[in-house]
Amino acid sequence: MPNIAPDPLLNPNAPTGPIDKQWNQHKFDMKLVNPGNKRKFEIIVVGTGLAGASAAASMAQLGYKVKVFTFHDSPRRAHSIAAQGGINAAKNYPNDGDSIHRLFYDTVKGGDFRAREANVYRLAQVSVDIIDQCVAQGVPFAREYGGLLDNRSFGGAQVSRTFYARGQTGQQLLLGAYQALEQQVSLGNVVMHTKSEMLDVVVKDGKACGIVTRDLVSGEISSHSAHAVVLATGGYSNVFYLSTNAMNCNASAVWRAHKKGALFANPCFTQIHPTCIPSSDEFQSKLTLMSESLRNDGRIWVPKNPDETRSPDQIPDEDRDYFLERKYPAFGNLVPRDVASRNAKTMVDKGYGVGPLKNSVYLDFADSITRLSAPVIGERYGNLFDMYERITDENPYKVPMRIYPAVHYTMGGLWVDYNLMTTVPGLYAIGEANFADQGANRLGASALMQGLADGYFILPYTIGDYLSGLLGTQPVPVNDPEFATAQTALSSEVDKWLSVGGTKSVDHYHRELGKIMWAYCGMARDRNGLEKALAEIPALRQEFETNVRVLGSADNVNQSLEKVQRVADFFELGELMCRDALMREESCGGHFRVEHQTPEGEADRDDENFAFVGAWQWQGRDTPQELHREPLEFEFVHLTQRSYK
Amino acid sequence: MTATQPARPLSPDISVKPLRTLPSRRKPFFVELWQTAVGKKWIMAITGVMLMGFVFAHAVGNLKMYLGPADFDHYSEFLREILVPILPRTIFLWLLRIGLIAAFVFHIWAAASLTAMNRKANAPYVSRRDYVAANFAARTMRWTGIIILLFLIWHLADLTWGLKPIAPSDWTRGEAFNNVTESLERVGVAIFYVIANIALGIHLFHGSWSLFQSLGLNNPRFNKARRYFATGFAVLVAAMNISFPIMIQAGVVAG
Amino acid sequence: MDLHLKIWRQNGPDSPGRFEDYDAVGIKDDMSFLEMLDAVNEGLIEAGREPIVFDSDCREGICGTCGVMINGQAHGPQKGTATCQLHMRKFHDGEHITIEPFRAKSFPILRDLMVDRSPLDAIIEAGGFISANTGSAPDANIIPVPKTAADAAMDAAACIGCGACVAACPNSAGQLFTSAKIAHLNLLPQGQAERWSRTENMVETMEEFFGSCTNYGECQEACPKEISIDFIAYMNRDYIKAKTKNRKLIGQRK
Repeated sequence: MPNIAPDPLLNPNAPTGPIDKQWNQHKFDMKLVNPGNKRKFEIIVVGTGLAGASAAASMAQLGYKVKVFTFHDSPRRAHSIAAQGGINAAKNYPNDGDSIHRLFYDTVKGGDFRAREANVYRLAQVSVDIIDQCVAQGVPFAREYGGLLDNRSFGGAQVSRTFYARGQTGQQLLLGAYQALEQQVSLGNVVMHTKSEMLDVVVKDGKACGIVTRDLVSGEISSHSAHAVVLATGGYSNVFYLSTNAMNCNASAVWRAHKKGALFANPCFTQIHPTCIPSSDEFQSKLTLMSESLRNDGRIWVPKNPDETRSPDQIPDEDRDYFLERKYPAFGNLVPRDVASRNAKTMVDKGYGVGPLKNSVYLDFADSITRLSAPVIGERYGNLFDMYERITDENPYKVPMRIYPAVHYTMGGLWVDYNLMTTVPGLYAIGEANFADQGANRLGASALMQGLADGYFILPYTIGDYLSGLLGTQPVPVNDPEFATAQTALSSEVDKWLSVGGTKSVDHYHRELGKIMWAYCGMARDRNGLEKALAEIPALRQEFETNVRVLGSADNVNQSLEKVQRVADFFELGELMCRDALMREESCGGHFRVEHQTPEGEADRDDENFAFVGAWQWQGRDTPQELHREPLEFEFVHLTQRSYK
Repeated sequence: MTATQPARPLSPDISVKPLRTLPSRRKPFFVELWQTAVGKKWIMAITGVMLMGFVFAHAVGNLKMYLGPADFDHYSEFLREILVPILPRTIFLWLLRIGLIAAFVFHIWAAASLTAMNRKANAPYVSRRDYVAANFAARTMRWTGIIILLFLIWHLADLTWGLKPIAPSDWTRGEAFNNVTESLERVGVAIFYVIANIALGIHLFHGSWSLFQSLGLNNPRFNKARRYFATGFAVLVAAMNISFPIMIQAGVVAG
Repeated sequence: MDLHLKIWRQNGPDSPGRFEDYDAVGIKDDMSFLEMLDAVNEGLIEAGREPIVFDSDCREGICGTCGVMINGQAHGPQKGTATCQLHMRKFHDGEHITIEPFRAKSFPILRDLMVDRSPLDAIIEAGGFISANTGSAPDANIIPVPKTAADAAMDAAACIGCGACVAACPNSAGQLFTSAKIAHLNLLPQGQAERWSRTENMVETMEEFFGSCTNYGECQEACPKEISIDFIAYMNRDYIKAKTKNRKLIGQRK
């Protein structure tokens, strides 16, 4: 057990008592806002992905007045839409021994014991309600012939608890939440602001009271105030430039909240997804993820001879190394993501990589096609195979797919307490934007679960506890000097970027930053590399700030201007990630420090010294952030080393 | 929300101004349909079916031409006598005609107003469009329609009203066979006939498929058959109609 | 490969637009169409000219943000493929490519290739949802949904809302988008309570912005998710039914 004193700044507000009673007891203990008073409260929600859309819709249904902001042209476009595989829920419909407790256990263990137990248990509890809610909204989940819901097993789980809608689960869940949100828009309970990018949080008297946004079409900077602000702005994988995130995903909302006092937790916990299409060249703008479900029927291998020249179908079995099956006989190709990714990297680093750039490993369906026939495989993965073929021009029914890991999810985020409130009162963070439930590694099909749990079933209750204390107060008026200051700062920031007049494009610097991050803070990290990154990033940032070229004006659509602000924030965040990775002298989940591995090359966790959440406090631009630590106690799941042998 | 909840006004986040406003509800059924494009298309399809019935029956009836003058004139006389003595002579024929006129009027009116609506909604491309699915028939519906309308007027003047100089010089009311053969023996007229009926075939080729879509008659079981039906129907009607001027010109049918 | 591009440039909704010629040199087969445009933009920025504005986000063909007319076809020549998933190996060296924004009266051009598609949201707001307040849902397995119905609903629900159907339609009709959402919800048992009001409201809102369907079938060809125009027929049928049923329901409501 760690010997870390609780930090007064980081009070998790987690309930105590038997773990299965905690959430219900907490709901009872929280103060309520009566239905008549709810309409007196205004709430700002930034972001319309699964978490944001579901939270905004649910709070509007309760009667709160909600203002929603998205930088997209429609709330339906958030990147939650790209999730393919499915959503976990402890329904135990297949009768294979699943339970809330097992999902809780799997998630804590999968997260390598770096998540808060109480949060994770609650997540497992409400997972069940999410499926009910989504089905009622008309999400067309896959069905059995009897009309009941179908389940499948998913990377790292030994039970079938994943609900799915073809390969488009994220899309269907998001559309469900989006439709609920649009209904509230039409009822007038939600005011929707599209093409509005949030660029600052306004804090007055220690409480979050509004945001400042820039209209991406007209360039107009405006202020919006409310009783509480909810950030549902997703993760920061794009700090690596090449990731599976959408082009516009960015960290600016959470980063600017961080600068206004919200602590940023576990920034170095990034997840690398094993089954992505390898990059083919420098020009590549992003990587494409393929659902992990592919690993259910595909076998991963590399040729035993690093100089192999035969085409993969000509290589006999004895000349192939099925390295995951060899090293992890119990889980085989279904080991958790971090393990699968790291092993692929090891093989490629050792020179066993395949493909023209020798930067990938094979994912082979030949055996499954023989066993099940091509049409069955097509029914399961047809859309993924089609996508793969569109991108690579290779037919995976005939030649094995080539895959390589890529960054796709960030477990770190704004530190939140059990009520999902950040260290700034009135400022909430939900979904991937917070750090809470996934620990150091996220299990497959758990991101959708967490986003919707936060949005549908947690925040709408917990926000009342805070709002009830504000009864009778009006939101801070937008002509308050705090808003004026923030607006002025933002317009001078915009002017600053437009007047740099450098020579290189924003993308150039983003790409360079990404290379540093991937090299030193990617799948495997070590002290030397991280220190090098901490020296290189500020130097590159310096150059970026004096030599970036942003053309055009501020009063029209200007995509370079949008990007330059986001990339500027990525520079600061990237530095913090490296600092966090350097601080965490252990390997756990997605964070693998080369110095800390077992003799077999597995992650070597240090529970004695590092069983804590590392939350960083902004100290100004030129001073490194200060670390605060929230100790993690494990009462219900015993600390063990993860083993998937 | 109850099952009959009315539509709400547009919310402020819709930054585009509508081209027209929502029609008011709960008027007489057909008026309500007429207010919307989907309803108008439905009416177009229904009237289209009526007109298809007409052109088909008309063409089949005219096949009597091949049986000789007596059969043909007997048939044309029969049309006037349908439902006699329940109804007086020609009344039923007039009822049919009124129905057909109404069908024509609504079919054309709907087409014109939908065209106007589409013009208003469309912002044409500056570069050349590359159509994949829209075939010649579909894209020329309004032109083939106009040709058919002009032909229809001409055809009525020629054979029904006997308006000279459109009608043949010795047109006589009641002598249907003679009138037809006289008329179609004129080469120009025969060519016009053929062209008009090719237009009719093209119009039917799209129309008699399209009506299934507009009426919502679809099912994977017979979706393919809809295309076969439309092609078959269009070819059959056009072939029957085109055969008359050709056969008359060829002297196979002669007065 | 080298390409000759003709791209529509327009400063704002009310300014006049024009085609401008650009050369894209050194384009690789493995590039996606949008990566090709990225490369052109890099060159423009280097030359001190403002880059071409175009919308894109996920670049995996699922978010529906991207979409341009490529040589007169919405999303370009490859069937069932969004612009971001179209790869340059489908083009050949020296090819002339014309790129125009999606056009319809209700899709005003914001800048260059970026258009405002908010009318699609208006259609969803009019009824593209099932009212189920959070927390009120019964157990998910309480209503069995026949697999065939769930599959058909999923076929329709695959719509990504990119607006290519409107852009491809010579009438600028929104039928495929609207019918896909109507069919998705109307096919499911959960959607029955609001079926008739949904259909009536969505269709009539659609007609506020878009043209009418003349069954060209261009939308189906342009759709990156290959959604079938069978759903349009389904919508037409439900609309006529809705007109009668809603009258009856009003009659019952004294």
